[in-house]
Amino acid sequence: MKVTITVNGQEVGADVEDRALLVHLLRDNAGLTATNIGCDTTSCGACTVLLDGESVKSCTVLAAQADGAEVTTLEGLAGADGTMHPVQRAFHAEHGLQCGFCTPGMVMALVSLLRENPHPTEDEVRAGLEGNLCRCTGYHNIVRAALTAATEN
Amino acid sequence: MSILGTRVVRTEDPRLLTAGGTYVDDLRVPELDGAVQATFVRSPLAHALITGIDTSAARGEPGVLAVLTAQDLGSAPAPENEAPENEAPENAEADEAELVAAEESGEAGPGPLGGPFTEPMLAGGRVRFVGEPVALVLTGGPAGRYRGEDVSELVSVDYDPLPAVVGTAASLSGDTLLFPPAGSNVAAAGGARKDGGPAFDDSLFAGCEVVVERTIVNQRVAPVPLEVRAAAAVWRDGKLTVWASTQNAQLARVILAGALQLDPSAIRVIAPDVGGGFGAKIGIDRETVAVAWAARKTGRPVRWVETRSENMVAMTHGRDQVHSLTIGGNRDGRILAYRIDIVQDSGAYPRMGGFLPTLTSLMAAGVYDIPRVETAFRVAVTNTTPIAPYRGAGRPEATAAIERAVDLFAAEIGMDPAEVRRLNVVSPDKFPFTTASGAEYDTGRYADALATVLEAAGYDSLRAEQAKRRESDDPVQIGIGLATYVEITAVDAQAGETARLAVHDDGTATVYTGSSAHGQGHHTAWAMLVQDELGIPMDQVTVIHGDTDLIPVGVGTFASRSLQLGGSAVHKAAGEVKDEARRVAAGMLEAAEDDLDLDTGTGRWQVRGDPETALSWAQIAGQAGGDGLVANVEFKGDRATFPFGAHVAVVEVDTETGKVRHVRHVTVDDAGPVLNPVLAEGQRHGGIAQGAAQALLEEVVFDADGNPITSNLADYAAITATELPSFELVAMETPTTLNPLGVKGIGEAGTIGATPAVQNAVVDALAHLGVRHIDMPTTPERVWTAITAAQPSASQPSASQPSASQPSAAQQTGAQKAAQNGRTQ
Repeated sequence: MKVTITVNGQEVGADVEDRALLVHLLRDNAGLTATNIGCDTTSCGACTVLLDGESVKSCTVLAAQADGAEVTTLEGLAGADGTMHPVQRAFHAEHGLQCGFCTPGMVMALVSLLRENPHPTEDEVRAGLEGNLCRCTGYHNIVRAALTAATEN
Repeated sequence: MSILGTRVVRTEDPRLLTAGGTYVDDLRVPELDGAVQATFVRSPLAHALITGIDTSAARGEPGVLAVLTAQDLGSAPAPENEAPENEAPENAEADEAELVAAEESGEAGPGPLGGPFTEPMLAGGRVRFVGEPVALVLTGGPAGRYRGEDVSELVSVDYDPLPAVVGTAASLSGDTLLFPPAGSNVAAAGGARKDGGPAFDDSLFAGCEVVVERTIVNQRVAPVPLEVRAAAAVWRDGKLTVWASTQNAQLARVILAGALQLDPSAIRVIAPDVGGGFGAKIGIDRETVAVAWAARKTGRPVRWVETRSENMVAMTHGRDQVHSLTIGGNRDGRILAYRIDIVQDSGAYPRMGGFLPTLTSLMAAGVYDIPRVETAFRVAVTNTTPIAPYRGAGRPEATAAIERAVDLFAAEIGMDPAEVRRLNVVSPDKFPFTTASGAEYDTGRYADALATVLEAAGYDSLRAEQAKRRESDDPVQIGIGLATYVEITAVDAQAGETARLAVHDDGTATVYTGSSAHGQGHHTAWAMLVQDELGIPMDQVTVIHGDTDLIPVGVGTFASRSLQLGGSAVHKAAGEVKDEARRVAAGMLEAAEDDLDLDTGTGRWQVRGDPETALSWAQIAGQAGGDGLVANVEFKGDRATFPFGAHVAVVEVDTETGKVRHVRHVTVDDAGPVLNPVLAEGQRHGGIAQGAAQALLEEVVFDADGNPITSNLADYAAITATELPSFELVAMETPTTLNPLGVKGIGEAGTIGATPAVQNAVVDALAHLGVRHIDMPTTPERVWTAITAAQPSASQPSASQPSASQPSAAQQTGAQKAAQNGRTQ
């Protein structure tokens, strides 16, 4: 089936199988590989993107379900001049990433979380990250990055 | 001022944060245009003979290039660009001779133990665990990945089931053999069991007033790097190029050369960004070998990425030892003797041989000055996923065992576990210290580490709070867990590491390192070393790793070896470049070499006392001629280093539900001088989380038939942010004398210290109820069961001799569980 999705402000049209997942459309059709696949049970959150402004796990959304929607991936987060988003800057400053594989999903999940709750407590950040796994950082610096980014709100 | 020791944020991050990394499955390089997708057909049974494989239905499907099985392994690889062979494998009448023939055909995957235990590239006559690869489907065209999943379902494999050997007890019984030609399920043995039956020293515990015995389980866990395994391969013009998610491209090349019988110079291995490894990506697994083999055989580029559900059953797991512990000493707190008898479940293929329990044995005594230590181990094969290194690799097991044993001893004599540790740690004047289990510790200040962490945690206040809650019979009790640890890093120090440093005529520098970053921050760290030594700003330093064409010789990143070996190599290379620059500059300035100074603040050379003479790196490199300013070095260590530390974990245990909350974690982790606290703290954080995860939550479980119960991330309890506190890290730096930087490894320390600290905390929370031990993971069910079984009045058994020891009901439950090997639930 044919789907048209606006990804990071660019229209992407693709002819995909009915069963095609949004994450595969992003990676294989749109060529945007920052969004990673870390599991097959909606557990790890590495594939988190914004769908019409809400964070979703793009491995659990059919490409067809996103037809006509707007998607933002990590590649679309920085400003046009390359200025990093406050969450990206905070991840850098607080060493919120090591291998980088969970990072795109973590960043997008936190962008969404901080929109809903601009001044979260540490416990609220941790609860908000329950659906995103990181194996490198022990979450310590990711939580600090979230709290640092929140100070800009 | 030196940049070393300062907080420097990573140079790696901007790319990872804006564009994302380039992991194997992200590669969009022209060489892989038109690549076909590899999908493995995996065994659904833990133990069976393969009696036939029918690939005809799969091969008839559109878009299927080939379906390859073990029968294709013996045939010569197809010449370059020749059409793929699509012959159907004949139904194989499997027997042992054929099995051995197939598996010894020279096309075996990585299997260091070799002989009858060799791991084949694809299972031939017999499958030995659920998830073992049996066939490889290559699919092309759009959505080749989806087609691969569909088509692999059409490969029909006939199995003749055999009894599954699950758990070490079943393995050691020998009732069913995994490798009949081997004649035994015991693949290796050592220590007091080296020659078969145990030759224990009957007098080991002579003179001990108190002897405590316990069998505990160090359960199997899954490494779970966020990036699963992936590979891509191209065979072109007689050269094989393989991209692999690996911790060491050079070792991957060695494995490929051996398995595919190619000269190493005909193979290029590239490790692009790697999304975590934790030991499970040391080298490459059989699937990556098969992908390379398929590319060569078919002449088509092939790419492969597994699913997480495949990863959870087919990537190696870690730990999985059963420990029979005996500890003896006197009521004044002095420990006199310790014995650990280890059974290592190696899974289906003992690819590490006896390596893991050998390390466990070596490190058995921990930080303690114990006069008599005896170790023994057996490695038992079972019909489960193979075991390999996982963050710590044998040392967390040693530490978990001795730290539990010390707490059991402390409980038995009624002494504070902190005091027992203080009394028994090796004193600083004894270094270098050789333990009774044979480890030669370089430097250490164990009592200081313990005192520092107790002070930072507010140990006395914590005990007071605990007493208050016990007094008030609060349903939420607190537990305070201690662990003092020492571990061994760069265990293969003599293998060394390489570095090539070039300073170019524009004043920039390039470092080629044999070390292999996959999240540790080598690019930042190595650039800091160059800036410190040469004064070339780190943003002018490019670091390259993980490409065997550019760096043919290297060892890689594992065993917490990178900074002490790879970093020392960079430091040494910078020193050599500096010497060469001095010679060149002396000629340019017509001055004596000894009169020249390098200002590392500005990166300029000058004749001492004459600022007018300054020369830049660009000027000197431009003058150097030939290859410019280049140093090619190898740094080899004489022997391993021994980082150490102390952890305090605080947990709250809801005695009504068994739920444990990890509320504080305070650590001292001393790995010598810290090059960049940002990076070192990050390693500690991640390590602590993985250690706590084993203590609290994570366990790979198989049922009695060898079916994996935890085969995806919905069923396997990978630890999340909600289950951990923020960590409280205390700095301490005791240098080693074994390398010029004075550094030891920090990659695994957090895990090694945290696991027993958290486990001890859970037990400590319930000590007043008579609970002495709970096997990991300390799930609500286990904790609740221990509480329910405990008899408060029976909590003070008067033990003197092992035979007189009366374990509580909770202990019996634990011991029985251990005897059944805990895993089959």
